[in-house]
Amino acid sequence: METMVAQREKQPTSQMAEPIIEIKGLWAGYDGRAVLEDIDFEMFPGDYVGLIGPNGGGKTTLIKVILGLLPVMRGRVSVLGQSPVSARDKLGYVPQVSHSDRDFPISVWDVVRMGRQKPHVFKERFNKKTDKDEIEWALRQSDVLDLARKSFNQLSGGQRQRVLIARALVTRPKLLILDEPTANVDSKSSAMLYDLLAELNKSISILLVSHDLMAISTHVKTIGCVNRRMVYHNQKVFSKDMLDLGYECPVELLAHGLPHRVLHEHHDLDAFSEPISVSPTDKKAGEKR
Amino acid sequence: MIENLIEMFSFEFMQNALLAGVLVSVACGIIGTLVVVNKNVGISGGIAHAAYGGVGIASYFGLDPVLGAVVFSLFSSLAMGLAQRKLRERSDTMIGVMWAVGMAIGIIFISLTPGYRANMMSYLFGSILAVSSSDIWWMIGTAIGVIVFVALFYRMLLAISFDEEFATVRNLPVDLLSILLLMVTGLTIVVAMRVVGLIMVIALLTIPAAIGSMFFKDLRVIMLSAIVLGILINGIGLILSFKLNLQAGAVIILLAAGFYFLSFLIKRSILFKR
Repeated sequence: METMVAQREKQPTSQMAEPIIEIKGLWAGYDGRAVLEDIDFEMFPGDYVGLIGPNGGGKTTLIKVILGLLPVMRGRVSVLGQSPVSARDKLGYVPQVSHSDRDFPISVWDVVRMGRQKPHVFKERFNKKTDKDEIEWALRQSDVLDLARKSFNQLSGGQRQRVLIARALVTRPKLLILDEPTANVDSKSSAMLYDLLAELNKSISILLVSHDLMAISTHVKTIGCVNRRMVYHNQKVFSKDMLDLGYECPVELLAHGLPHRVLHEHHDLDAFSEPISVSPTDKKAGEKR
Repeated sequence: MIENLIEMFSFEFMQNALLAGVLVSVACGIIGTLVVVNKNVGISGGIAHAAYGGVGIASYFGLDPVLGAVVFSLFSSLAMGLAQRKLRERSDTMIGVMWAVGMAIGIIFISLTPGYRANMMSYLFGSILAVSSSDIWWMIGTAIGVIVFVALFYRMLLAISFDEEFATVRNLPVDLLSILLLMVTGLTIVVAMRVVGLIMVIALLTIPAAIGSMFFKDLRVIMLSAIVLGILINGIGLILSFKLNLQAGAVIILLAAGFYFLSFLIKRSILFKR
């Protein structure tokens, strides 16, 4: 790559260890139609990867493949050295809060307890004590222990997201996977959420997807872009080929100012017919390829 | 008043009716709660109507129509459940087709059955005053089956109802339990059909649970409250229909709807006071 950008923070262990996710030439989609084409992706222990991409670009599809919820059409996917279906109970899945029914009558405690539910009926009664300790631990990790007796549908978006993170943590996962963690969450709670994730990342790998580059660019260690195809260099850069993928966020970056230097130098963009250094109001320019 | 009631329930058919009301309320309270939170109301309507095919075939061959309804409801809930699991959004039409096919089979076989057919109306509109002892046994079996099924799988059913994808990632038997739940729902529908008929059965299944979920936030408490409400509605409906000499199933349903509306108003006034 001809990018001139800051390398990601040093991660001495990550390149030597076995990848936790290894995807080669993946095609996946629904009803025989591919949403993802020829995806290559590797993720290592300790990584904190943020995947961005437009809505409908296949971010959630990629997550579903990794979680073993959607079959692979073509290519190879290995999670923790296993097939996604065999490995999925070692992954901590945090879905979008909007996906969980707003009216469902359930307490916070019972939501988190789901993470302890074993796939068999008769053995579960023997470890009630550990269940209780584990649930308390997970609630404390996400800083929602005081909400344990509350009804899940009375909580704010940010609180719900934390409860769902606790539910994922209680499974003691090797990798936390979050789908749009800040959708339906106000900006203050979303900042707190990212603080929590940074803290968790000290002991656990994190993969999160979002359509909001601004929100994740300051927090993750590496960025990838998904829009049918995927660009990922294991770096914290927003590179030219990500732009080529047809994503409009570089324009947004220019418009809002950069928290980090994530866009490469201006002269690399000569190939584009449209000038990319747009004014804050001119958001259309980036959409043109 | 009290003497009046004692006299009323000295009749064996009234005792049977009351017992039927209690048993059906237990099954409906528990399963209805799960139907409501899983948004399975539509598919339950399909199962109820498809079961009529079993009623028709069984009466044509001179068998117990309830047995026919049970067999049909189990098969149709299995088929509709598979369609729902595999086809997702597109299953809607298919469920609608099975709904109608079951009804059509029932109508044809009943018209082929020689003899007195008015009895068949009781499967459409219910006849709590005419429940037989074999009906009571079906109800006892169903109530026990429902209690055992939900007690065993409560945690898993809760997890699956709340968030199917997470449950799948945790390797819970999502497909199996969802379909089993539909089959148990099918059984419940058949016995509840004896009380209010297949056309109104969905109301008996869902209204007590819907009222419970207005006031309580724990699935088990909602189930309990739905059982109590169901018994009240059935009991009062039975007495009223006896007094006023009206069709019991319809009185019970109107009463349930009245309770629902009243609860709605109470709930609103509580919200406004806050």
